[in-house]
Amino acid sequence: MPATRTPTSDTAARSGPGQGVAVTLTDLRRSYGSIHALDGLTLDIAPGEFVALLGPSGCGKTTALRVLAGLEDADSGRVEVGGRDITAVPTSARDMGMVFQAYSLFPHMTARQNVEFGLQLRRIPAARRRARVADMLDLVELSDHANRYAHQMSGGQQQRVALARALAIEPQVLLLDEPLSALDAKVRVQLRDEIRRIQLEVGTTTLFVTHDQEEALAVADRVGVMRAGNLEQLASPHDLYARPATPFVADFVGLTNRLHATVEDDRAQLMGTWVPLLPGSTRRGAAFVLIRPESIAVTADPAGRATVVTASFMGSTGRLHAVTESGETVLAQIDNDTVATFNPGDKVTLVPRPNPALAVAAEEDT
Amino acid sequence: MGALLGVVPFFAYTTIFLGIPTLIVVFGAFLDGSGRPTLGNLSALAQPQIVSAFVHSTVLSAVTAVLGAVFGALLTYAVSTAREGGLLRRLVTSLCGVLAQFGGVTLAFAFLATVGAQGFITLWLQKHGIDLAGSTWLYEPYKGLVLVYTYFQIPLMLIVFLPAVEGLRPQWREATESLGGSTWDYWRHVAGPILAPSFAGAMLLLFTNAFSAYATAFALISQGSPIIPLQIGGTLSSEVILGQENVGKAMALGMVAIVAVVMTLYAVLQRRTTKWLGP
Amino acid sequence: MKPRAARRRRQSIFRVTVVALIGLFFALPIVSMIEFTTRAPGGGRTLDVWATLFDVGVIDADYPELKTGILASAGLTLLTVVIMLFLLVPTMTWVRLRLPALRRTVEFICLLPLTIPAIVLVVGLAPVYAWVAYFLGESSIWLAFAYVVLVLPYAYRALDAGLSAIDVKTLAEAARSLGAGWPTVMWRIILPNVRTAVLSASFLSVALVLGEFTIASLFSRDNLQVAINQLGHRDGSLAIAAALAALILAFIVMVAMSFVGTGRRSHRPEEN
Repeated sequence: MPATRTPTSDTAARSGPGQGVAVTLTDLRRSYGSIHALDGLTLDIAPGEFVALLGPSGCGKTTALRVLAGLEDADSGRVEVGGRDITAVPTSARDMGMVFQAYSLFPHMTARQNVEFGLQLRRIPAARRRARVADMLDLVELSDHANRYAHQMSGGQQQRVALARALAIEPQVLLLDEPLSALDAKVRVQLRDEIRRIQLEVGTTTLFVTHDQEEALAVADRVGVMRAGNLEQLASPHDLYARPATPFVADFVGLTNRLHATVEDDRAQLMGTWVPLLPGSTRRGAAFVLIRPESIAVTADPAGRATVVTASFMGSTGRLHAVTESGETVLAQIDNDTVATFNPGDKVTLVPRPNPALAVAAEEDT
Repeated sequence: MGALLGVVPFFAYTTIFLGIPTLIVVFGAFLDGSGRPTLGNLSALAQPQIVSAFVHSTVLSAVTAVLGAVFGALLTYAVSTAREGGLLRRLVTSLCGVLAQFGGVTLAFAFLATVGAQGFITLWLQKHGIDLAGSTWLYEPYKGLVLVYTYFQIPLMLIVFLPAVEGLRPQWREATESLGGSTWDYWRHVAGPILAPSFAGAMLLLFTNAFSAYATAFALISQGSPIIPLQIGGTLSSEVILGQENVGKAMALGMVAIVAVVMTLYAVLQRRTTKWLGP
Repeated sequence: MKPRAARRRRQSIFRVTVVALIGLFFALPIVSMIEFTTRAPGGGRTLDVWATLFDVGVIDADYPELKTGILASAGLTLLTVVIMLFLLVPTMTWVRLRLPALRRTVEFICLLPLTIPAIVLVVGLAPVYAWVAYFLGESSIWLAFAYVVLVLPYAYRALDAGLSAIDVKTLAEAARSLGAGWPTVMWRIILPNVRTAVLSASFLSVALVLGEFTIASLFSRDNLQVAINQLGHRDGSLAIAAALAALILAFIVMVAMSFVGTGRRSHRPEEN
């Protein structure tokens, strides 16, 4: 981290001009013909918070971001930033920094000129401009690429310059529209950590859109899972993973097993054990329990009731597919050094751990 | 080695029908009537009517290139804002494809039907007291020809310039807006500079197009040869003064030289454009 | 009105106005041609001229030069397209497959005619065509040789785009490994996959051949435009009608081409 900066993690300290304002989206609706891109979306972002919108294609996450940016108009609803209603304010007056998925940079300008552009538009005097641009390029660690053009830089570098350009104007809100989706896997992981580091340093309220759940969980303070124009759940990454509110969220975030069980009030009987259930689960009758692979313990057992199908070495962990007596396929996570001990056809015993899981009634299976 | 056999037909054909004619022009310009080397043809180019023809051709081409470029760019921008694959776009683009190739004769006749002696507009203006029938303005390079040439310059501009305008990414406009820029800022700092090389290149192409045009002027002008292509045509069809047979080749060489310079500039600008607007 | 919607409206108004104004400028001569060719001697309108144009019997008898011109152009169109395809498709494919180093050279040669105005080409072609006349006679159909050269840049670009879109190398290698000879590869593997580009190149050639005047006129041969020009000295109305008819034909050809779907579709990231 550059020596001149001290990371600030205290919200109160980030009340400088254009930094850390609250954002509120209220009941946003947007339709294209019969398609409801936004269906009454309401979202509160605290000052300096990093919120990720996560969901499949067409869920409305990009539309939400673009409505916030002013690049699209909502049919109804309100957008408030820092307490001010900006629903009717044009994009150029909203003071927001934006990073796009692709074609972020102006191709006819160098990195320096790109970053400088917003400051030029604001008539910042040349000396201050130069200093600010140097600071920003420093922040994204691309100072020695200042005179390069977009086509001379890699995808990751371009996005970093785009980030510098967006932050140069000290925006009230930072908007990132799937900034990593067009990049290589390795670059993606590196860059998302960079983005988070920078955001923590600068303290700008941030909205980040992605379809990659691992990405969202890794960088955000809170993650909003969207579906068909509205939020299914808005929670911290941990809560989203461990306490999904709906089957859709449980399925979308991380890997899940769907196993038959019988429900009695707040617990379900699954593979011979009682498993506690999360609030929001169905209360009785036949159901599917959504249980994570790491919540299933596997032991080799000649008298076991399940048969191994495959055991795969994944590097840091191992994965085991087994079929139960009733014909259900179960995915369990196992230690990477015990993978080799399991062979297809071996008998094993599967025992669910007592972590709370979500149960959904068998008929209304979505 | 055997692989080279596959391209023999192509190279043979182009040698005979493209290469040899080019050489004939280039070398013929330096040979006199009996095949001896001479610079006489080149010095013959200094004759007043030939110089004037070159000047007329150049000015005519430059003026119609600028007019075609400006109005064509407006039309191009207008069309680019239409829905892709939509009816308006398809029709306009097809129409421009045809009009750009508009055979000179057809175009000439179209204008005769409009503003010629018995033309639609001429008669209409006569009814309102303005008499054009007496003047020969249509056949003058800087009045009639300019108007007529613009007719195929504007469509050509659309065809050549549209890809560049379509290459403008919406993200650039959106980025400008989010950084606080107005529409004017966008055009002045982003779209303008990005499109400038393509615009200039297209204008150069328009110049070449007008400069090389023969048929339109031939069909319109029955007396005299105010532009170079007509002068060259004259050397082929009419009786030629003894010793001046190859002046036509010298003129042709002059044309090629001018066009080559323009096309080289065009190629340079093209390379710049593809770097910025490439896929 | 919301800022975005207002801007879209302004754009629409701009677009419609510009297209309408420029459309007017372009429509005028065409309207004039229609007006001119439908004038009745005592005032009022008549379709006599057009009826004459489409009356094959009358054309045959009274306007033989028009008939000759039409037939000549029809033949020229066909021969030009055939020569162009047989010359370019195998060559371009072969270069891609076996002689990639020659690609730039072939491209340069094909784009060269853009730099050589038709009028200049005519000057250089005169001696060449003297030989052509010696071996093949004076028929107009042999103008096709020159027309292929004129058409080279446009045909090359269209075919190049089509060949770039398919993986020529892999297709050819797969076919060869299955035992196909080169003619089979060309005819049954490559050609069907570049159908769109071939059609596009052909349509462009047709439009060019139908509109060509310079070379035919200066070599004193017949084609459609030469015939129309000659006709103009005799019967202005009929000539203008013929010219307009040729233009409309070319337009139909171009519209047909746009539906064959040659456009490059720009890739935009998916909207969510």
